[in-house]
Amino acid sequence: MNRKNGITVCIIAIIAVVLIYAQSGISFGDPVYQDMDQYFLLNGQVQTGGNNICTDVVFDFRAFDTLGEATVLFTAVMGVIVIFRRLMKGEEYEAE
Amino acid sequence: MKQSNIVRITADIMFPFIMIFGAYVVLHGHLTPGGGFQGGAVMASGVVLLLIAHCDKDIKTLIPTQILKNVETFGLLLFGLSALAAVILGSGFFTNWLVNTGLLFGTPVEYGPNPGYLNTGGVIPVMNIAVGLEVLAALSVIAVIMFRSTEPDCGGEEQ
Repeated sequence: MNRKNGITVCIIAIIAVVLIYAQSGISFGDPVYQDMDQYFLLNGQVQTGGNNICTDVVFDFRAFDTLGEATVLFTAVMGVIVIFRRLMKGEEYEAE
Repeated sequence: MKQSNIVRITADIMFPFIMIFGAYVVLHGHLTPGGGFQGGAVMASGVVLLLIAHCDKDIKTLIPTQILKNVETFGLLLFGLSALAAVILGSGFFTNWLVNTGLLFGTPVEYGPNPGYLNTGGVIPVMNIAVGLEVLAALSVIAVIMFRSTEPDCGGEEQ
């Protein structure tokens, strides 16, 4: 093992110790702040009419996030078309 | 170089079932696990299966890219307009303006377990359909364009 690998292993070990120490004080399934999810569970079904609380949150309570995701997907398609346009097999790019 | 008959026929048989399952996941997004993104990804996987199985044929006639691009734009526009309609009707952006009105998707739901009524959710099913269409078209367009612009070795046996 050369010197560079030794440094890498040391950094990974330090990060692992820090993360394990950080999660050792948290009890599983018992979040400290639960006002928000309790609100969603108690009022989401009545306010949005959907049984699936995940979809209620994604498409109603936090729909701006979903708008961003849809825009990211649209931008990804635009980027792929721009990059791969020159590589299309000898065919003209239809520009309608 | 083309795929064997088993791969092509299996892909042809499986394609409608994959699309129906994806449409089910999208349309029941407000009742069961799943939603627009997940169902759209399932439907796009069906298109990619078709692409892989028939890679020796003309992809342009098999999967019309221009229609898919239009569908993607339509999905994003439907998503944005269903959010903007709340502003026109006098409330905030992204307000759920269809819920509990008795109109389309407007049946009120009481708190507690129920078998799941499809005609609920207000604007959520509309946005689910919009996002499902957009994800289906976007992932398919990405796959088709990457496929057409490279020289893919289809991996099948010589026939």
